[in-house]
Amino acid sequence: MTTGKHMSLYWSLGTVLLLLAITAPTALAFGFGGATAARSQIPPLRWFGKTYMAIVRGVPDIAFFLFFVIALDQGFEYLRHKVLCPDWDQPIRQGNDFIVCTIAKLPLGNAPQWVHEVYGFALAVLTFAIVFGAFAANVLFGAMRAVPKAQLETAEAYGMTQRQINRRVLIPQMWVYALPGLSNLWMVLIKATPLLFLLGVEDIVYWSRELGGTKTPQFTEYPHGDWRMWYFAGLLVFYLCFTKVSEVVLARIMARLTRGQATAAGEAQRKAIA
Amino acid sequence: MSCAATIADYAFRSIGYGERLLPRSDFTLCQQFTLIGSGMIWNVYFGLLALVIGFAIATAVAMGKAAQNPLLRKASEWFIFVFRGSPLFIQFFFAYFLFLSLKGLSPFFSPLTSATLGALCVLILNTAAYSAEIFFGALQSIPKGDTEAADAYGLSGWSRFRRVIWPTMLRLAWPAYTNEAIFLFQSTTLVFFAGFPAVQQKGDALYYASYFADKTFNPFVPYPILAGYFIILTLIVIGIFGLINSRLNRHLPSDRRPRIRLRPNLIR
Amino acid sequence: MKKLILASAALAMTAGMAMAESHGVVRLGTEGAYPPYNFLNDAGEVDGFEREVGDELCARAELTCEWVTNEWDSIIPNLVSGNYDVIIAGMSITDERDEVIDFSEPYTQPDPSIFIAASDSVDTMGGVIAAQSGTIQASYVASSGATLLEFATPEETVAAVRNGEADAVLADKAFLLSVAEADPELMVVGEDVLLGGGVGLGIRESDGELKAKFDAAIQSMKDDGTLNALITKWLPDAVTF
Repeated sequence: MTTGKHMSLYWSLGTVLLLLAITAPTALAFGFGGATAARSQIPPLRWFGKTYMAIVRGVPDIAFFLFFVIALDQGFEYLRHKVLCPDWDQPIRQGNDFIVCTIAKLPLGNAPQWVHEVYGFALAVLTFAIVFGAFAANVLFGAMRAVPKAQLETAEAYGMTQRQINRRVLIPQMWVYALPGLSNLWMVLIKATPLLFLLGVEDIVYWSRELGGTKTPQFTEYPHGDWRMWYFAGLLVFYLCFTKVSEVVLARIMARLTRGQATAAGEAQRKAIA
Repeated sequence: MSCAATIADYAFRSIGYGERLLPRSDFTLCQQFTLIGSGMIWNVYFGLLALVIGFAIATAVAMGKAAQNPLLRKASEWFIFVFRGSPLFIQFFFAYFLFLSLKGLSPFFSPLTSATLGALCVLILNTAAYSAEIFFGALQSIPKGDTEAADAYGLSGWSRFRRVIWPTMLRLAWPAYTNEAIFLFQSTTLVFFAGFPAVQQKGDALYYASYFADKTFNPFVPYPILAGYFIILTLIVIGIFGLINSRLNRHLPSDRRPRIRLRPNLIR
Repeated sequence: MKKLILASAALAMTAGMAMAESHGVVRLGTEGAYPPYNFLNDAGEVDGFEREVGDELCARAELTCEWVTNEWDSIIPNLVSGNYDVIIAGMSITDERDEVIDFSEPYTQPDPSIFIAASDSVDTMGGVIAAQSGTIQASYVASSGATLLEFATPEETVAAVRNGEADAVLADKAFLLSVAEADPELMVVGEDVLLGGGVGLGIRESDGELKAKFDAAIQSMKDDGTLNALITKWLPDAVTF
């Protein structure tokens, strides 16, 4: 249980938690951008926001993960190439190869392995954030529309500008409507992490499969049969516990946000106090 | 080879009709469109059956969770918790292992190790758990007046459930349930990807897409094709569910009918 | 004095940059799940025949090499898009692969593929045969009369034979022999199948310089017998050069 390989498994657990911790706010930011764009007065921006939501939500996340990371990687390198090597005369696509000048490579070809791993991790975070950002955008878009019109009109009557209304009324009010959707999204996000290995990040499922697989005595000091069952059982328990903890925490946040809101639950809280 | 010939050869390849061998070289766009489309048959098969059967189970589980009987309630709660709390990926893995050992006990279970039946079972239970949670939420928010009115009319037991509670529950749950259906269709892509083996190169859309990505070494053509198919499928699902939605709400004045897109709560 | 150190440091830096210009570090991509060719040892590091060959080749070609693992399914797309520079993953040289990437000289003789099964009465031409998807063996089974059962990893293909899902599994001889030796219930059945043209390093087509370096290194290992020694050590039943 303490071989180097097992250490990798424990590390990957940390990786997954870190990924969740970084992805959640990033996806929320993407969602916020998407929702604001979809509500925008400017038609191209509005179309962009709506297309983003529609397309990403319509595509299964695996299909997205399978080609998107490479596309993203090549996209970045292409941009850097354009900026850093303006006088490069060879074509970027030579047959099947994708070639940019050496200094445009991401990370640089001679960077140590950990830089590559961090970069791969960052790409995974970005991909997750783009996918889940679309869902978050959808939730926030709905939540913004669910804020009672009367409140916005009142704010207008007080002479607030559109920006002030957004900042002081709409956004603070919207969270309580968005939270049920967002907490669901968080649950989905947790359960999407087994797909991380598709993005080139060696996650807990990867290592469980690797460790649990049959080991013949020639290649290891700890031979054993097909133990994947037990490693996966461990994963199952991990995911169930994680879900339970999330549920409890989210319920607390919801109770906190509900305070003083014009919703049924808020009404119930008021009555309980009175 | 013309495109029409390709379609004739491969349109039903995923269920075993037509050309036995998959294309091996000189891949055309037409082949990719046809085969990936052919694979969609499986995605629709899994999605549709799981949706229909899962719907019935979900109703029962939701009623169970709302029941007075603590045994029934606990059982339903645990069922929902386990299937909603763990990744589908791991569920597939465990189901495959379980079905294999069942097969060892009795040949009666052997069809379960094939994706056709085994994966379907997992998807049914999975969607049942998610839908049950949605339905349970809807049951909790049925206006008190509705049930009181049913009591006043002297309805009880089955007819009270069938004529008042159930339709109201569906109406309240429908927008969230639509989202669940979309997710279900998307998760059908996991079937051959995790756990269940593909027999004789009969697989779903993702299977063929990765086949082409593998052979052409270019992921930028097949996966976007797959994505396109799924966007169309999603639009169809939204359309059909929208029709049912307006039927469920036909007694309401048109401006009070909930529109599906405006109720994003409780997405999976 | 200080200036001098700085200057020499700068000199070292520029030298380093010049190296970086063309492959300062060569990244070797492998699967890590195909013993004895490549697998992860107890410490979680890449080990096996290809680990030793690769390290020796890099030493001879005077390259600094680094090992990375990647899923088999996306191992070629990631090479052509530049995420690593060389595939060293027991990849047989085939025409379809050769259209997309370049191969070095082979560093093993063509390794026949074999079937292993739980009983010796298995019909390898008409039964249910497991193979890893995307391999030459999978293509072979699909075009033979047998029913192909595809799995994502080599491990699962063997597991399928153990639990009776498949009658036999077809894969490289060296891999399956190591499995059959460890498990008394599995045995080799049928005849050897000759597929592919030996295992080579996969290199981007545009990377001719790197290919030349590795070709020279492989040739020198063949010449002085070190390659044969490694083959005998890791792949006991394989033919040497």
